[in-house]
Amino acid sequence: MPPPGSRVHRGLVAGAALLAVFTLAAVLAPWLAPHDPLAVADASTPVALQPPSARHPLGTDALGRDILARVLFGGRVSLAVGVGVELVVVALGSVIGLLAGYYGGGLDATLMRVTDVVMAFPSLVLAIGLIAVFEAPGLANVFVVLILLGWTTIARVVRGTVLTLKSLDYVQAARAIGARDRTILLRHVLPNALGPLLVAATLGVGGNMVAEAGLSFLGLGSQPPTISWGAMLADGQSDLMTAPWAAVFPGLALLLAVLGVNLVGDGLRDQLDPRTGGER
Amino acid sequence: MTGELGRILAGRVGALVPVLLGVTVLVWAMSALALGDPARASMGQRADPAAVERIRRELELDRPAPVRYVRWVGRLVRGDLGRSLRDRRPVTAVIAERLPATVRLALAATLVSIAVGVPVGVVAAARRRSLLDHALMAGAVLGISTPVFWLGMMLSLVFAVWLGWLPVSGYGGGGWRHLVLPALTLGALHTGVVARMTRASLLEVARQEFLQTARAKGLSELTVVMKHAFRNAAIPVVTVIGLGLANLLVGAPLTETVFAWPGLGRLLVVSVDQRDVPVAMGVVLVFALVYVLGSLLVDLVYLAVDPRTRHAAAR
Repeated sequence: MPPPGSRVHRGLVAGAALLAVFTLAAVLAPWLAPHDPLAVADASTPVALQPPSARHPLGTDALGRDILARVLFGGRVSLAVGVGVELVVVALGSVIGLLAGYYGGGLDATLMRVTDVVMAFPSLVLAIGLIAVFEAPGLANVFVVLILLGWTTIARVVRGTVLTLKSLDYVQAARAIGARDRTILLRHVLPNALGPLLVAATLGVGGNMVAEAGLSFLGLGSQPPTISWGAMLADGQSDLMTAPWAAVFPGLALLLAVLGVNLVGDGLRDQLDPRTGGER
Repeated sequence: MTGELGRILAGRVGALVPVLLGVTVLVWAMSALALGDPARASMGQRADPAAVERIRRELELDRPAPVRYVRWVGRLVRGDLGRSLRDRRPVTAVIAERLPATVRLALAATLVSIAVGVPVGVVAAARRRSLLDHALMAGAVLGISTPVFWLGMMLSLVFAVWLGWLPVSGYGGGGWRHLVLPALTLGALHTGVVARMTRASLLEVARQEFLQTARAKGLSELTVVMKHAFRNAAIPVVTVIGLGLANLLVGAPLTETVFAWPGLGRLLVVSVDQRDVPVAMGVVLVFALVYVLGSLLVDLVYLAVDPRTRHAAAR
């Protein structure tokens, strides 16, 4: 954290503001959306692929659905996948990282070998391969696959921090006065690993959002009627020449949301690491 | 010294064995799970039982898992990845046909990321904390955060649809005009990473005393940065460029889909979509092997270039 009186990190503030806007928009989507995001062309949405207008601020898609409404509801899916997957990943990864770093031995060796193997694949390629294992595509598969791929990063980060911490005097002292392992891990080690963990988890949220959109764009993720920015982009690409707004706005939303997450992640890293913090 | 280097080399290559073992086990397991009962899947519900049995024997589904894995690796070593379920062609032939397009795209994208990323990083470092520095670094974060497939569509919208300078998509028989937009798209993410790494390593080096000496001699800031700092900052940058292979391979399925580029990434997506498991898993395996060998190569270059890493590695 910055010492009192120091300048607040500008990127961090900008990123947090972006994230706040997107979170609010996602939560309030049912009240903010001007139309039903699933309503196809009818009396209220007369024609497909309408350019932005007062009635449809971001235009309509090939089925005459309101793009603003779909972008708002798509944000719910994107944020839910991004944050939801990361919560599971952090819980799983930190337990494994804590145990491996603290006890070492066979558990640690196994963890390192498994993460080596997972990291030997380009992540999206492995994600696509794992998706192929499932019978039918869907958002639930994306959840499972992203958890399977994500925990290794967190486990490595926590393990690394634990390895440095456990040789420090205060941990040794706690052990010397007979504190139990669980107490040492939860009271003395974990709180000090929170900084790097927070940075990795934040960047992980952005990674999850991009991965979900990418898989849905490729037709391997969420399926209709689930609204996903990635799937909207896939639909929009076929009308790129005649109705660019159908691809521009969902992509812009994804870009700004991920930018927000990355700015917060970078900002946190700078604030927590005094070495890079001074450079800004 | 040579003996020590040889020992390190052997160590690095030896460390690959468990990784490659794990990679093959994982790909084989995914493939077995994804196939389920491919005999029935490929023949349909009303298939002739004898024909189903024949395919099952051909795929050796009647044998225990470890035996199947060992035999699969045995065939793999001989370059046999099985046959496509769709057109019965050997998977290796299908992959070999698509590989050149992906290699071309990856090389062009790497070129883009170096040609743009390194100068941006140098300028940002030389004008540290100026408005220009902030603008360039904001651009880098933007490049890193932009979803590659959306960027591809927007570039195609502007330069192909509106301006009409370049083709919208396709391979175009290998002409360079078709390569420009996919290469810019795929290179964008990595350009941001290279720019940030270049700037960061230059600033790290800039704290060293020999630069103070250079400045004290009255050399201009740009000369100091280019002649003294850059040479010393190059090592981490080279690593990042090498590891960029990872980013490029990750982006390949998306970029190739946007631009209808006939490479391995597109092949992977289509074969998963069509449930052509042997082809899909063959591509996954090739990507993993390229990735693993790529990082090994970076490690080796690192060892050759920076003597300090040799001592670290020897410990």
